[in-house]
Amino acid sequence: MKVTFWGTRGSIATPGEETNRYGGDTSCVSVEGNDPGHLLVLDAGSGIRRLGLEVDPAVTRIDLLLTHLHLDHIVGLGFFAPLFRPDLTITIWGPPAATPLVDRLGRYLSPPLFPVRLRDLPSSYELREVPVGPFAVGPFTVTAEAVIHPDPAVGYRVTHEGRSIAYLPDHEPALGPDFPSDPEWTSGAGVADRADLLIHDAQYTSGEYLDRVGWGHSSVDDAVAFADLVGARRLALFHHDPSRSDAEVDALLASARFARRTGEVFAAREDLPIMI
Amino acid sequence: MRTHPAPVAAPIELILIRHLASRLAVPVFVVDRAGDLVFYNEPAEGVLGRRFEEIRSMPFDDWTTAFLPPGDDAIAVDDLPLVVALRRGVPAHRAFDIQAADGAKRTIEATAFPLLATGGEMVGAVAMFWEIGGP
Repeated sequence: MKVTFWGTRGSIATPGEETNRYGGDTSCVSVEGNDPGHLLVLDAGSGIRRLGLEVDPAVTRIDLLLTHLHLDHIVGLGFFAPLFRPDLTITIWGPPAATPLVDRLGRYLSPPLFPVRLRDLPSSYELREVPVGPFAVGPFTVTAEAVIHPDPAVGYRVTHEGRSIAYLPDHEPALGPDFPSDPEWTSGAGVADRADLLIHDAQYTSGEYLDRVGWGHSSVDDAVAFADLVGARRLALFHHDPSRSDAEVDALLASARFARRTGEVFAAREDLPIMI
Repeated sequence: MRTHPAPVAAPIELILIRHLASRLAVPVFVVDRAGDLVFYNEPAEGVLGRRFEEIRSMPFDDWTTAFLPPGDDAIAVDDLPLVVALRRGVPAHRAFDIQAADGAKRTIEATAFPLLATGGEMVGAVAMFWEIGGP
């Protein structure tokens, strides 16, 4: 699998000199498998705009997996060029809730927040709520699991040819009981179990987290503890705080590398391709 | 290498209710979708006479036997508020006798409710209870 980060920032896009290296766009990751006609996309933050401009013409089908519908994860949807291509088939997956996905997403993709209504998009698209248990998405097998974050939110596990990615961009496992001690009672442990690549929320420093318990995000230390608990091989620190400069991310990465008991850790940055 | 997640993690609703229960002063008893006991909190330990850490979990048939008094006067298992909540998916309330681990018979009043996730699936049930005439 080829994994590419198109947006790594949390909460709000933060372009500027201080964020040039890790990037200022919000959550979006693409995953390519062995089918050149298929593209898997994780979340539709502002980073999806640049991805949309670089989608290979050979791609005829896109599956977009939304972890949740907070604005920083859907704000780029209306600027995703493939949605305006009639020759493409796109399925947008999202977490189940009491209100159907089409109605929830339509609140954003409709006036006065956006000039184009969801139903007026020219591509052949459908919206589906993720099922319980593994499901096939193009050449991939995907599993969604509800995780600790305000409002309905899921984490994803994507497997392909014996390799696995776990994607939990907004996640607060420390809110569970006795974290980090028992995977059975840890949010997200099912989808992250021994993943080859774990892309995980690392928005706060430990000091910041103390004032933000319950906000739905993790400290870098908790991201590392979670990765160790589930036995993830590589950890990508993700969802960088909008106030965090590149130099500060560097410093947090250094402390994370020191804290990680087993396995690798790096800070996700825009345009970084990773082969799994 | 395993390509699918093992069923290691409890549903998030159970994780959160356990987290909440561990911070409450009222006794709370939590079962999963199969009816198996997955948690009771410290105030419940005081009523049931046994620390949760000693048992960690307990199958449905075991806890319904362990905490109910023997004999014809005991409440039928099917009438337990927790069982009603789990099987019928509705809240239930009732007073009944239990037998604590120390052998003491106590009368409690319990209110149970089902845990229905946002997708509509039943993930378990929760009972809050009080000892009648107790502390």
